[in-house]
Amino acid sequence: MKRTPPTRRSFLSLAGSAAVAGAVPVVTLRPLEATPAMLTSAIRNVVGEAPVRTGKVKLDIPPLVENGNTVPMTVRVESPMTSTEYVKSIHVFNEKNPQPNIGNFYIGPSAGRAQISTRIRLADTQKVVAIARLSDDSFWSTSVDIVVTLAACTEEVN
Amino acid sequence: MASALINVPRKAKRGDIIEIKTLMSHIMETGYRHTAAGDLVPRDIITSFICRYNGSEIFRADFFPAIAANPFMSFFTVAKESGKLEFEWIGDNGFSSTASASITVE
Repeated sequence: MKRTPPTRRSFLSLAGSAAVAGAVPVVTLRPLEATPAMLTSAIRNVVGEAPVRTGKVKLDIPPLVENGNTVPMTVRVESPMTSTEYVKSIHVFNEKNPQPNIGNFYIGPSAGRAQISTRIRLADTQKVVAIARLSDDSFWSTSVDIVVTLAACTEEVN
Repeated sequence: MASALINVPRKAKRGDIIEIKTLMSHIMETGYRHTAAGDLVPRDIITSFICRYNGSEIFRADFFPAIAANPFMSFFTVAKESGKLEFEWIGDNGFSSTASASITVE
């Protein structure tokens, strides 16, 4: 196939129409997204003023998701899970769904293993954050960036 | 009628860490979707899930609309004694459902 290189004029008009087309969804979708500020405040609601350190938590989600309506997720926390040293709870958040919370999971020393799995919805390509609260009330976190090709939540109902 | 699938080992050795898997049939309507006519579909989700082992709570979860339809949940516990695991789901519009499974610990 023969392709002609774009001229300066055609390139500019293409860029202009792309900008116009891009502006519309940004305006209409904005109120439906949890902003990074909402993510931060949702995390603050759980951890309060305590510092959140990185580590100990492992978040297992496929990095490339075809269908955001059901995304398998496993969170595992490194902990001996004894009666004195254990994981109290695991909290999962997202950046760009309409709401920043995904789920709170309360376990305890009787769990034996600090690991939970569920299936979640992701409305957009975004970051997912998992935070664990340990028995000494310290908080540990990890985050994963996920590319979503088919978004969940906001489609029309047939 | 809501239906649940529960997967718990029937037998375990005392002290074993066992995995418990549950699947509950529920639409988990987010409350953010619109019909073709533009009406908002009201939220209808399960908001909490509790598991009790011989009466004492071993696991609890708060669900948000970001949990996929037909919520699947897997977690662990130490097999301490023979008895019953009871599961409870509570949600919007007065939704409530329970299930149970028994386990023999040797």
